[in-house]
Amino acid sequence: MSKVIVETGNRIAGFACQAARAEVIAAYPITPQTTVVEQIAELVEAGKMDAKYIRVESEHSAMAACIGAAVGGARTFTATSSHGLALMHEMLHWASASRLPIVMAVVNRAMGPSWNIWADFSDSLSQRDTGWIQYYCADNQEIFDTIIQAYKLCEDKSVFMPAMVCFEGFILSHTSMPVNIPDQKEIDDFLPPYNPPWLMDVDNPITHGNIVYPDWYMEFRYFMYEAMENARKLIPEIDKEYGRRFGFEHGGHVETYGCEDAELLILSMGTIGSEAKLVVDNLRKQGLNVGAARVRVFRPFPKDEIVNLAKNAQMLTIIDRQVSYGMEGPLHTEVKASLYSQTDSPLTAGFIAGLGGRDVTTQDIEKMVKKSLQYLKAGKVEKEVQWVGLRE
Amino acid sequence: MIYRGLAKYFNLRLATTLLLTRMDTMAKAPQKMRDLPPTPLSCPRIASTGKTGSWRTFRPIINTEKCTHCQICWIYCPEACVELDATNLPKINYDYCKGCGICAHECPLKIIQMEREGVT
Repeated sequence: MSKVIVETGNRIAGFACQAARAEVIAAYPITPQTTVVEQIAELVEAGKMDAKYIRVESEHSAMAACIGAAVGGARTFTATSSHGLALMHEMLHWASASRLPIVMAVVNRAMGPSWNIWADFSDSLSQRDTGWIQYYCADNQEIFDTIIQAYKLCEDKSVFMPAMVCFEGFILSHTSMPVNIPDQKEIDDFLPPYNPPWLMDVDNPITHGNIVYPDWYMEFRYFMYEAMENARKLIPEIDKEYGRRFGFEHGGHVETYGCEDAELLILSMGTIGSEAKLVVDNLRKQGLNVGAARVRVFRPFPKDEIVNLAKNAQMLTIIDRQVSYGMEGPLHTEVKASLYSQTDSPLTAGFIAGLGGRDVTTQDIEKMVKKSLQYLKAGKVEKEVQWVGLRE
Repeated sequence: MIYRGLAKYFNLRLATTLLLTRMDTMAKAPQKMRDLPPTPLSCPRIASTGKTGSWRTFRPIINTEKCTHCQICWIYCPEACVELDATNLPKINYDYCKGCGICAHECPLKIIQMEREGVT
């Protein structure tokens, strides 16, 4: 029987780990992720999860332990935030290049200094090129559903890559919402036990990650590139299949809201994407033809979906909760790159907002949209990158 | 717990065996990209990454006549390059010994000499 519970995003991530029947969890606590691992430790201790919980001395070791367990054939889970994720960086490459389907919850938190425990995407987007699939969630239901979907995707034989399921610290991690937890038997049916194609086995020893000379190294990197392309195809299929079984679908790569006939699209990630839906409702009442598209998967990046969305639009308002110093917001860059080979592309305006947990309200988004509409009217984007709400 | 029951265990073993068969072929002659496993996996075999003894600058030489078969050099060698015969007499495997000199340093009788390679 499915049930509805009211819980914080972090505890929901813990329940998702339980529902996915993860067998080894190695994690190190860091705000705002701490209650994810507390929840899992409680579930393991109470015998409600048939899993091994490994306490480690750092995030680098947490990922190393997950890699070891995954190589041994176990379904593994971990969670981290911010500096913890940065400390894992080396091991993130090890996990993806070893083709291990590890799933990790990343509770997004700003990087220091200045020391800050609140939400932005500077932690996970800094790990863009590590070969991890990156999902971004906008509510607690999506956190649960995405963790289950991520295992299904990562463990597909055409993929075998690890995934981060990212959600914003405090905004989701410590906010309670009602979440529908499907029946365990149905989840088991959707997500059968992990069946690795190779395995560390003392009776049949093999060396993992041995030296590869320049004559073959590129081929292994091509396999990873290919796996990400396969993941690109599977992401919407898995989301659709999940929706058919459990009633919750999140738009595959991109969740759209009122985009069909919109002349202006608000592109964003995470919870700003939910906020943007309210803005669409408000502005449509004022007779403005706007829509909202929330990029749910940043890697593999949904370039075809962006091209399709942009076909009817004349203006894109791109909101980034992260900045790449010396360039612009990462979503802004990726969207423009996706559209470069198209003729008649819409104008784009990039907005940097909500860094270090600063609120991004519907009024803020409305201002960004109205600024963009001015640009559209003038036929020219005066300022390509703007920082929203900077104090004087 | 990790192997959910015997049935799954045997499935895994089968999968590994198949892959090893494929890799054995590969180890002989990697011809095409699709012959490779998806990630660098290799069967343990002698000198799979070359004979690393060629890195050596100093060669340890044991004076076997004075050796008391105490096995200290065998214990300390970080590369397991000291082999023992039936009487526990040590013999150095120069295919892999990198000449670090730890055995000479630890030898209680100081009967292991480090001699520069290439000097006769």
